[in-house]
Amino acid sequence: MALSSDVSPTGRRYAPGTPTGFRLWWHRHRLTVIPYLYIAPFFILFAIFLAWPVVRSFYLSFHKQQGISTPSFIGLDNYINLLADPRFKQSLLNTTVYALGSLLLQIPLAFILAVVVNSKLVPWANAKSFYRLSYFVPLLTSAVIASLMFSILYDYNSGLINSYLMRAFGEEAKVGWVRNASVVKFSIILLLIWRFTGINSLYFVAGLQNIPKELEEAAAIDGANWWQVLFGITIPLMRPVILFVTVTAINGSYQIFAEPYLLTGGGPRDQSLSIVQYLYNTGFSYFNLGYASAIGYTLVTIIVILAILNLRFFGAFREDQ
Amino acid sequence: MTTSVQATTASAPRFSAIRIRNGALVSIANVFLLIGVLLAAIPFIYMISASFKPQNEIFTFPVQVIPKNPYLDNYTTLFGETLYLRWFLNTAIVAVGRTALSLFLCMLAGFAFAKYDFPFRRVLFVMVLASFTLPFEVVLIPLYTMMVRLGWLNTYWVLIVPFAASAFGIFLARQYALALPTELMEAARIDGSSELGIFFRIALPNLRPALAVMGIIFFQASWNDFLWPLIVLNDSTMYVINLALPTLRGPYNDQYGLVLGGAVIAVIPIIIIFFAMQRYFIEGIMAGALKG
Repeated sequence: MALSSDVSPTGRRYAPGTPTGFRLWWHRHRLTVIPYLYIAPFFILFAIFLAWPVVRSFYLSFHKQQGISTPSFIGLDNYINLLADPRFKQSLLNTTVYALGSLLLQIPLAFILAVVVNSKLVPWANAKSFYRLSYFVPLLTSAVIASLMFSILYDYNSGLINSYLMRAFGEEAKVGWVRNASVVKFSIILLLIWRFTGINSLYFVAGLQNIPKELEEAAAIDGANWWQVLFGITIPLMRPVILFVTVTAINGSYQIFAEPYLLTGGGPRDQSLSIVQYLYNTGFSYFNLGYASAIGYTLVTIIVILAILNLRFFGAFREDQ
Repeated sequence: MTTSVQATTASAPRFSAIRIRNGALVSIANVFLLIGVLLAAIPFIYMISASFKPQNEIFTFPVQVIPKNPYLDNYTTLFGETLYLRWFLNTAIVAVGRTALSLFLCMLAGFAFAKYDFPFRRVLFVMVLASFTLPFEVVLIPLYTMMVRLGWLNTYWVLIVPFAASAFGIFLARQYALALPTELMEAARIDGSSELGIFFRIALPNLRPALAVMGIIFFQASWNDFLWPLIVLNDSTMYVINLALPTLRGPYNDQYGLVLGGAVIAVIPIIIIFFAMQRYFIEGIMAGALKG
């Protein structure tokens, strides 16, 4: 006597205990179904809190929406207004200066530090690891804490930096680090150099250690001097790391917010206003949501274009990669 | 064999010519590096030192690195007269919650992407990776509106949930899970283990280093977050530390002792993680560059 569960809907007979119905289906397909169950929680949150807002923000950027009003379609007006908006242009200029500061000052400095620490100029292994470890110190702080620390160091009348300048060069040497319109951008670049040179240097050290010693030694044996080894072998082989550091630095610079917001509030006269702070002000002080979304998408466009330019510049699309 | 030996011996004198024997150059380089270390450390040391000084001594010049009479009032005021303890707990609850949720989501999904073959696997993964290039500021406006509708402003949820599905996290999780030996899973399957059993009893224990690395990344990101809390929190009892610290400056922007004391305490958890889990901390920071 077979139990009813041993007979499948098609009438075929199975040995007792063989799974049927849902259990049979599950047994056969579980390896296809389970991965979807595993990725489902991630993708549900991803869709709600990232994918949908990305689409919605794109939609809003073509609309006028003031506060909780209903969005009304205005085509490209937000983007056209943006191109003529002096405050936006100022924030774009400031942010570009921050990015250039990273590219021209901070990354070369980090590279030099890495090459020196990795070279025979630091002959002791203990010293090498001490230097590397000390590069982490600024990373332990947040952007907020770093900005608050620097706002004290930058204080005009009695901050540490001006106190030393005054002692060395007299009263006129005091610098309005956060109040002088022509200095503020540099003050912020200085803060960024303090925070990020160490980590970028660590990336470079890691890259340098991946270069086979034999290559550099062989070149040296062939009579190449130190500079020729650096530019002929080291830098070309470091291309992926340099690309990574450059793209990260540019992305970070264009997304800067906390440092100028806390140090100067964007002033004086918008001279340190960043794009993200302008987006923040537009969206959350003036509640001009459509316009703020257009600023957001302009930022996306800039970052994507710069990333592509970088990839091309460093030859990541080349056949031999 | 002989040629290579000859080559090295023959080259030894020429090679040593470019080796830097010059003690002066080594000294100069190290002095330069030590100055760099000092510059990196000064703001940090200054912060700790000033947090133990009364307001009128913070700016005295020359600076006394170790205050003659350590002054603890900044700290007692923080805990006695401000909501600092509450802010610290808020920050900790949010950081732990977000780390746990992110780890769960990313490990489970990353493991599926690494070890199972299913339709649309590549498309879905590339979609997540593509989102990685977007600056998160682009979603601020719609996400804020959504939080208002959900009634999530000034709650823990608003800081824990929206950024838990981390694209970088799933990328790292998959990268680590790829290294798991598939034979281990198959052996367990033959032994009758369920798929969930494989995940919890085989994958997770073997992925402990990945859990540590990713946990540190998520925790630090949450601990240091500023822009999102600034937008979604306006009730001071719900503040996280980063949001509260600037307000401690007071109406005249001069209560620096309080700010610095608060900052010192806020850095302590990160420093503890750094020293207790240095290897994973460094691996986490380097993960972006090396795995990318």
